[in-house]
Amino acid sequence: MEGVIALYIVMLAAFTGYEVIARVPVILHTPLMSGSNFVHGIVLVGAMVALGRADTFAEQVIGFIGVVLGAGNAVGGYVVTERMLEMFKSSGQKKKEPA
Amino acid sequence: MSGLLPENVAMLAIDLSYLLVAFLFIMGLKAMSSPVTARRGIVVAGVGMLIGTLMSFLYPGMGNFALMLAAIAIGGGLAWWSGRIVAMTDMPQMIALYNGMGGGAAAAIAAVELLRMTTTDPAGDAHHGPVVTTLAAAGAFIGSVSFSGSLIAFGKLQDLIKRSFRFKGQQLVNLVITAATVAIGAWIVISGHPTLGMVIAFFALALLLGITMTLPIGGADMPVVISLYNALTGLAVAFEGFVLENAAMIIAGIVVGSAGTLLTQLMAKAMNRSLGNVLFSGFGEGPAAAAEGVTGSLKPIEPSDAGIMMAFAQRVIVIPGYGMAVAQAQHKVWELCQLLIDKGVMVRFAIHPVAGRMPGHMNVLLAEAGVPYDLISDLDEINAEFDTTDVALVIGANDVVNPVARTDKSSPIYGMPILNADKAKNVLVIKRGKGAGFSGIENHLFYLDNTRMVYGDAQKVAAELIHAVKAAG
Repeated sequence: MEGVIALYIVMLAAFTGYEVIARVPVILHTPLMSGSNFVHGIVLVGAMVALGRADTFAEQVIGFIGVVLGAGNAVGGYVVTERMLEMFKSSGQKKKEPA
Repeated sequence: MSGLLPENVAMLAIDLSYLLVAFLFIMGLKAMSSPVTARRGIVVAGVGMLIGTLMSFLYPGMGNFALMLAAIAIGGGLAWWSGRIVAMTDMPQMIALYNGMGGGAAAAIAAVELLRMTTTDPAGDAHHGPVVTTLAAAGAFIGSVSFSGSLIAFGKLQDLIKRSFRFKGQQLVNLVITAATVAIGAWIVISGHPTLGMVIAFFALALLLGITMTLPIGGADMPVVISLYNALTGLAVAFEGFVLENAAMIIAGIVVGSAGTLLTQLMAKAMNRSLGNVLFSGFGEGPAAAAEGVTGSLKPIEPSDAGIMMAFAQRVIVIPGYGMAVAQAQHKVWELCQLLIDKGVMVRFAIHPVAGRMPGHMNVLLAEAGVPYDLISDLDEINAEFDTTDVALVIGANDVVNPVARTDKSSPIYGMPILNADKAKNVLVIKRGKGAGFSGIENHLFYLDNTRMVYGDAQKVAAELIHAVKAAG
């Protein structure tokens, strides 16, 4: 990737991350942190490539560990975030569906 | 090298799918920033992750597919299982754990790249230049620190590690380890053809730094630490994204890195401390704050009397803290509040930004118990209302309601924004014992004339209060 283009991507992504979080109510801090924790689970994709291209035994072992960890990050991050967000309801919603 | 598709078609398809992944992630995070759309947000981001993962199987020149599927099944399966069964009160440590795994994965990617450099010909095509090597090493460093640091944070929150380890010169030790790690990293980059020993030493030192950095940090500082490591993992992922020329990893990593940095700053600000102060100075290391200046006495009250006091109040504000989480009292507390609401009492919940062990910890617990989010207010919204409140019910919270933060300049928590529970007409404090809070500072709130102490486990006390409110007719 062209170095300068990559810097553009970094700058724009940094602003995006900042803006998305900047005005979030405190009540969503946990789900949002765990949501962003899930989003960096995309590291799984990189770990898959690293393992897929591994030739030696050592590379395979490390790549394997990387994919296990990456998959754990992605799946675990999703499950806990979804569980937490499922619980957030306003009093209006609560009346409609008595749990 | 053969894949399912011709190489150039496969790469185009993968790159386009990563564009979609980045779009879905950002839309997902955006939706997660409002309680109304939040649930949809995680599903949108989840679809993005699924697409990215599936498309990555098409990468040209890949092998080891059986290993790959096995690894995904093991990692994903264990995480799915643990994420399903974990209690809401234990959420902080699970998030720390999953975050550490992400950091470890980023470090593993870097390890494969750096290992390959030990065997390939420095002049060959497969060899990385100094810029890419620097990024790989930086990601390895940050990812390793985040990995071992998050595991220590997990251990502390899970009570596997019971105390904070501090010794003289701790900062110096951390500094030396950091310098040594950076030096070896620079050596790897400059040599361009590192030895196996250099790579191993590099990772060992980075992992050690994560451990020595996190061990001295106390429980109440965990919201800042978890949030910081989340940001660091994001950065590590972005760095490895550069190495692999993977746009999805770069964008997702940087978005998380910047969002996480902002969140970390918010947390630190809510404690009126700088990030450096949280990381590098154990809290309360200065002269132990004595109970000087405390006037009055601790006045206990029976739960039955406290219940009556609440039953005949007009406005009640509940202030939960870590003690509520420890006692798993959130359900009983909400049951109590529902009883009061049925009696016509106006009940609100006031939450301090750093109550509990992660950002928004209390919100999650109250949501689990079924408290509608419009009854929950944060510091700025509710502080003016304590003046007109009959009863402020403090459940297992301590430093976040200590008025010395407003008045006593010599106090370590001076300047920290607090919930003004002391302004309420009556204050009820549910507390397990008579000890001071995490910071070891005497809480002047407990000694005020209008404060009554209810000693006991928060869940038991809440049950007794329910009984008393019911009996009050």
